[in-house]
Amino acid sequence: MTSPAEITAKAAKPRRWGWWYITELRLREMKGYLSYVITSSFGNPIIYLLALGVGLANLVPQGIDGVPFLVFVAPAMLMSTILSVGAEEGMYPVLSGFKWHKVFFAIHATPITPGQIVAGFFVHLGIRFAFTAGIFYLAILAFGAVPLDTGWLMIPIAILGAFAIMTPLAAYAAQLEDDRGQFALIQRMVVMPMFLFSGTFFPISEIPDWLEWVAWISPLWHASQLGRVVSYGTIEPLWLTVLHVVVLVVFAAVGALLTRRAFIKRLTR
Amino acid sequence: MSEPVIRAVNIVKKYDDFVAVNGISFEVARGESFGLLGPNGAGKSTTMKMIAAVSTRTSGDLTVLGLDPNTDGPAIRSQLGVVPQEDNLDQELRVRENLITYGRFFGMSHAEVGKRADELLEFAQLSDRAKAKVEPLSGGMKRRLTIARSLMNDPQMLLLDEPTTGLDPQARHILWDRLFRLKENGTTLVLTTHYMDEAEQLSDRIIVVDKGEIMAEGSPAYLIRTYSTREVLEVRYGSDKNAAIAKKIADVGERQEILPDRILIYSADGERDLAEITARGHHPTTSLVRRSSLEDVFLRLTGRSLIE
Repeated sequence: MTSPAEITAKAAKPRRWGWWYITELRLREMKGYLSYVITSSFGNPIIYLLALGVGLANLVPQGIDGVPFLVFVAPAMLMSTILSVGAEEGMYPVLSGFKWHKVFFAIHATPITPGQIVAGFFVHLGIRFAFTAGIFYLAILAFGAVPLDTGWLMIPIAILGAFAIMTPLAAYAAQLEDDRGQFALIQRMVVMPMFLFSGTFFPISEIPDWLEWVAWISPLWHASQLGRVVSYGTIEPLWLTVLHVVVLVVFAAVGALLTRRAFIKRLTR
Repeated sequence: MSEPVIRAVNIVKKYDDFVAVNGISFEVARGESFGLLGPNGAGKSTTMKMIAAVSTRTSGDLTVLGLDPNTDGPAIRSQLGVVPQEDNLDQELRVRENLITYGRFFGMSHAEVGKRADELLEFAQLSDRAKAKVEPLSGGMKRRLTIARSLMNDPQMLLLDEPTTGLDPQARHILWDRLFRLKENGTTLVLTTHYMDEAEQLSDRIIVVDKGEIMAEGSPAYLIRTYSTREVLEVRYGSDKNAAIAKKIADVGERQEILPDRILIYSADGERDLAEITARGHHPTTSLVRRSSLEDVFLRLTGRSLIE
């Protein structure tokens, strides 16, 4: 019989690389819906840019923040697209792994730990967000809506923003027993208002004061503002720029910790 | 005797106020085929999850392969093959991909998982489905794929939770045949089932579990010998008459069980007792003499049927 020490030694490889095996799995699964990922990654920016940049921009000839409307709106369009992918990925795929296809239970029957499942899942999503954000960036670059030198920084900002919205939703989805319309409700009552009141199409100064708090707690507003800072320069005090980063990091980190906790609880009960 | 692969001493699992497993103890030897038999809700699956190092026990001592599942879960799991009660195959992957990705979780190289996947597809009689999607496979094929997946890491012990529940008789027999081959090759099998025939087919030794506790333990033959008679005579008079006639023939056989649709008479010689009943003028609508089974053992021990 293999001794306990030998068994522990044999499990060393998955202990170190388990997170990567999960990422590998998720990438392989993505092959199945790759055409959707690619089409939506290219399609979204083109539709947005045509509608807003070419259509709506004509109604705002004076621009906003001292830049043309297209330049004002492009970073927020990129952020809202990637953050909506984040919101989507944080809900159904997580609940599905526990509830419908139960793949998380299948994975946990192997040496992989719940923490590694979460880590691998997140690394894959980082790649997914980077891919979609990269394509969007190239599109707005082609439309002349962002500069080449600093504009690319929008990609890491978008990834951080997407994590800020995805991880809290994943934590919630991981402890949900069933979807009795909660996801649709989140989509309508949380995600949707966030997109409308986060200074995406107009500065939040135009929102009534009593509604401005929505922007302040919205990862999308913080991500969009950061995107604007790296796109067309300083439009706000430095402390506010730092605050945007802090808020996004806190959302993402707290969400990640809660997700990990929820996975451990659900997979070991 | 070598160290047992599983040693459970008084293990308990509670969910808030509900006690799922109430202090059960047992040992499983290397190469043994060990069954947990009991009705739904008896605590079999919970016990299995504790052995599989995916559910933390509330109290008691448990070692699996010499390690504690509560603290050495990943190491233990690296040596196990697990076939869960419900198929949890990855529907987004093809048949062969399910095996390949699963093998990777054990740290196997890309070359190793490919070779092993092909061998196991052969074993599971699924080679021609290697590139098929999982969802349209029949229930039996999905189960065989799940078993193939559980063997990717060449496990020291295979845990099967209700392996044939929901399958048609033919699919069950194919599956039993595959499992029997593994048993012959010396793989330790631990299975839960509420099918007595499955327990008899696959287990060297059984514990009968009910309401989280062990009711009896031994080989199928031993349990039948100890808790039942050699034969069982089943007679039917119609549901409204069974109880009344049962009183009149209470002295026939060693013991009676009155079920809603029939009377079971436990007997050393069923044919003789049937002749006796008939001679007394109680002609049953239908009658059957059969050998005792684990179902009868369970009925004797708990007063209830295995499948309710």
